[in-house]
Amino acid sequence: MHMATVLTINGETKSFDAPPEMPLLWVLRDILGMTGTKFGCGIAQCGACTVHVDGKAVRSCVLPVSAVENRAITTIEHVGSTPAGAKVQKAWLDLEVIQCGYCQSGQIMSAAALLAATPRPDDSDIDAAMAGNICRCGTYVRIREAVKQAANGRQS
Amino acid sequence: MNAHHSVSRRALLTGGLATGFLLAFHLPLRAAVNEPVQPRDATEGKFAPNAFIRIDETGRTVLMMPQVEMGQGTYTSISAVLAEELDADWSKVEVQHAPPNDKLYGNPTFGLQVTGNSNSIRAWWTPLRKAGATARAMLVQAAAAQWGVEPASCTASKGEVAHEASGRKLAYGALALAAQGQTPPKDVVLKDPKDFVIIGQPLKRLDTPDKVNGKAVYGIDAILPGMKFATVAACPVFGGKVGKIDDSAAVKLPGVRKVVVLDDMVAVIGDHMWAAKKGLEALKIEWNEGPNAAITTKDVWDDLRKASQKDGAVAKSDGDITKALASGDKFEAAYELPFLAHASMEPINATVHVKPDSCEIWTGTQIMTRVQSEAAKAAGLPVDKVIVNNHLLGGGFGRKLEPDMVIAAVKIAKQVDYPVKVVWTREEDIQHDVYRPVYRDQITASLVDGKVAGWKYKIAGSAVLARWLPPAFQKGIDIDAIDAAVDAPYDFANFHVEYVRAEPLSVPTGFWRGVGPNNNVFAVECAMDELARKAGKDPIEFRKSMLTKNPRMLAVLNQVAEKSDWGQPLPPRVGRGVCVQPSFASFIATVVEAEIDDIGEIVLRRITSVVDTGIAVNPDTVKAQIEGGLIFGLTAALYGEITIEKGRVQQSNFHDYRMMRINETPKIEVIVVKSGEAPGGIGEAGVNAGPPALRNAILAATGVALRRLPIDRKLLAAGKKA
Repeated sequence: MHMATVLTINGETKSFDAPPEMPLLWVLRDILGMTGTKFGCGIAQCGACTVHVDGKAVRSCVLPVSAVENRAITTIEHVGSTPAGAKVQKAWLDLEVIQCGYCQSGQIMSAAALLAATPRPDDSDIDAAMAGNICRCGTYVRIREAVKQAANGRQS
Repeated sequence: MNAHHSVSRRALLTGGLATGFLLAFHLPLRAAVNEPVQPRDATEGKFAPNAFIRIDETGRTVLMMPQVEMGQGTYTSISAVLAEELDADWSKVEVQHAPPNDKLYGNPTFGLQVTGNSNSIRAWWTPLRKAGATARAMLVQAAAAQWGVEPASCTASKGEVAHEASGRKLAYGALALAAQGQTPPKDVVLKDPKDFVIIGQPLKRLDTPDKVNGKAVYGIDAILPGMKFATVAACPVFGGKVGKIDDSAAVKLPGVRKVVVLDDMVAVIGDHMWAAKKGLEALKIEWNEGPNAAITTKDVWDDLRKASQKDGAVAKSDGDITKALASGDKFEAAYELPFLAHASMEPINATVHVKPDSCEIWTGTQIMTRVQSEAAKAAGLPVDKVIVNNHLLGGGFGRKLEPDMVIAAVKIAKQVDYPVKVVWTREEDIQHDVYRPVYRDQITASLVDGKVAGWKYKIAGSAVLARWLPPAFQKGIDIDAIDAAVDAPYDFANFHVEYVRAEPLSVPTGFWRGVGPNNNVFAVECAMDELARKAGKDPIEFRKSMLTKNPRMLAVLNQVAEKSDWGQPLPPRVGRGVCVQPSFASFIATVVEAEIDDIGEIVLRRITSVVDTGIAVNPDTVKAQIEGGLIFGLTAALYGEITIEKGRVQQSNFHDYRMMRINETPKIEVIVVKSGEAPGGIGEAGVNAGPPALRNAILAATGVALRRLPIDRKLLAAGKKA
């Protein structure tokens, strides 16, 4: 038997049984039923599983739950309640960034973390923050524009 | 098109019949518990004039989607086509996945409910316009009857019928029940495209608002009460089988529920994916690897090169090719393309609940009805006992034109009494794909007076269509593999195309975004650049001199030359390359500008693409598809290759099967030409533009004429010569 694990996710306390080494991704998806965070590769190569831990973008597919107890976890379901997240979501829709959308939870989480830390990113900041997120539909041109629009609050 | 088409046409035009079908087939449709509440496709109390349109008394307009949404924007474009002729209020339009039903939702080109080959809009353009116009006519008739006026004196706009003479108006919702009783007109008049108010606008996509907040539900997101989770290991060697299993350690792990052994695959079911994965890792599996256990990439290529020496089946022959090749300046080249995996971001998955007398499936597929019939076979049930709930697809790219993952999931789910979500790891997804075939394309040509006098093109490769749609494979010719070979844009008086069917040793092949034309466009456009150099001509001028009968191609080529600054000076080791392609009834000219550094690494600087796709239903989607298609194709050119060693795929995840990333993405400008021609296909097209344009840019920058993909950097280091 495991001790119940307690996490703070999107401001709510969640208690559940899980092995301590179980990645946060599977806790979110398979135990808590929060399916907005996506499985893409399982080895932190694609960024589809990106969430925020204490405001920083991390890959939940390789993050053991035991490492995030007593940390503030934010997922795509709640990122719109942060100022940077709301701006990013709006820019994503204004510029119609999204195609299949499967990677976009992760893209939005990475972009929101970038803007929270670097409100006026330049191209190299954007590349550095977003290069860990693969988009197979190839929406990168619009992602770059949308990050800039979210930062500037203007139409590009 | 065929017998099927007449059925679907009849269903479209006779509301009563369509309604009957719907009531019989649709009621079992139900959502998983985590899905947004979707309306049942019950038609009672609604205006349901055909299989596609449902208007209730509040005016809520639900459109049933015969094609699947995998990112290409078709839900919005299909809706626009219907809504245009319906004169619907666009703000009230909602979409719903259609259930499996070839009679109602079969793609008119294929006679099957299939999404592929960039033909959703092309195939449905006229049927859906008629469906919308018929529904509008019935609403107008209902209003006219109520007012006691002639239907011809009424107009419709934005979800309302108006009688201008008397100033009366009625909303579609208020007319819904009365319209349901109207007789559909025999012939409806379609709008003149100049009167379109929805088609041609850069519409906001209907599917994207739920994709920014985690609410969009893909097949992998289905959650059902009591559901367990499974992951699989298939025999790493193609064609191999499961031998002995020792599951003594696996079954002791916490959360592991059951080990399921199939013929060629083992699955572990657990309380969550993590338990299933740990269980799978703890299994000791001995495989019977079978006869393919020694095959290597070299064997595959030796075999294909040998096969490609044979004469092929003649697909097209104009003029006198033998005579034409006997004179002039002769050119010969062979172009070779590797196996490629699809690597959709949403890994392969299917959720299945098998009960004694039914089987229900939640997945995202490009082939609704085929999944249903194949699942029925696997479950040992009649087709009508299998319910398929389709979802948004996290990328399709042709991988989800196959039912294998659903068949396997049904076989796994048959062994338990609860629903099972089967999710493949990325490693399984890449190592058990149906791969874009290896191709060897040989072009022999002669130049006379700076123009191509003779053109002989032989394609050798897998006939995907022969497996996937056997009746379409006739006289030894795969019409997909040669699609853009026989449809070359240039005026070649002596023109000969042959095809050699050559199935690769052991490796399964399938459709991959861009389909057949991704080998043809590459070979044709590479050869054209080499021929231009041989003729001492500029690549664009050379092409233009042979596009005299192709004004749409010529126009986009002229425009891309201007927009890309073609001919303007560039620094050393920077080049521009061009590609023209007439595939999928769209005309596209693309220029890639790239720098090749001293060690042969490639930096994309800029891409310009001019697109004439006829009437662009949603021009913003057309742009997006080209932007994304370019990245998809360039990813393959830069990195894409699946290799085989000891009968198994060597690549496993994104570290060794690389994707382009944002930091490698250049500025991309896509110009969509205004056109009144019928809509062309666009989802595949951008994919095929990038590789030859980049390869030709490399030729311009370095003088090295690459003839294989992916690009071999070793050939491009400074000082290397062609």
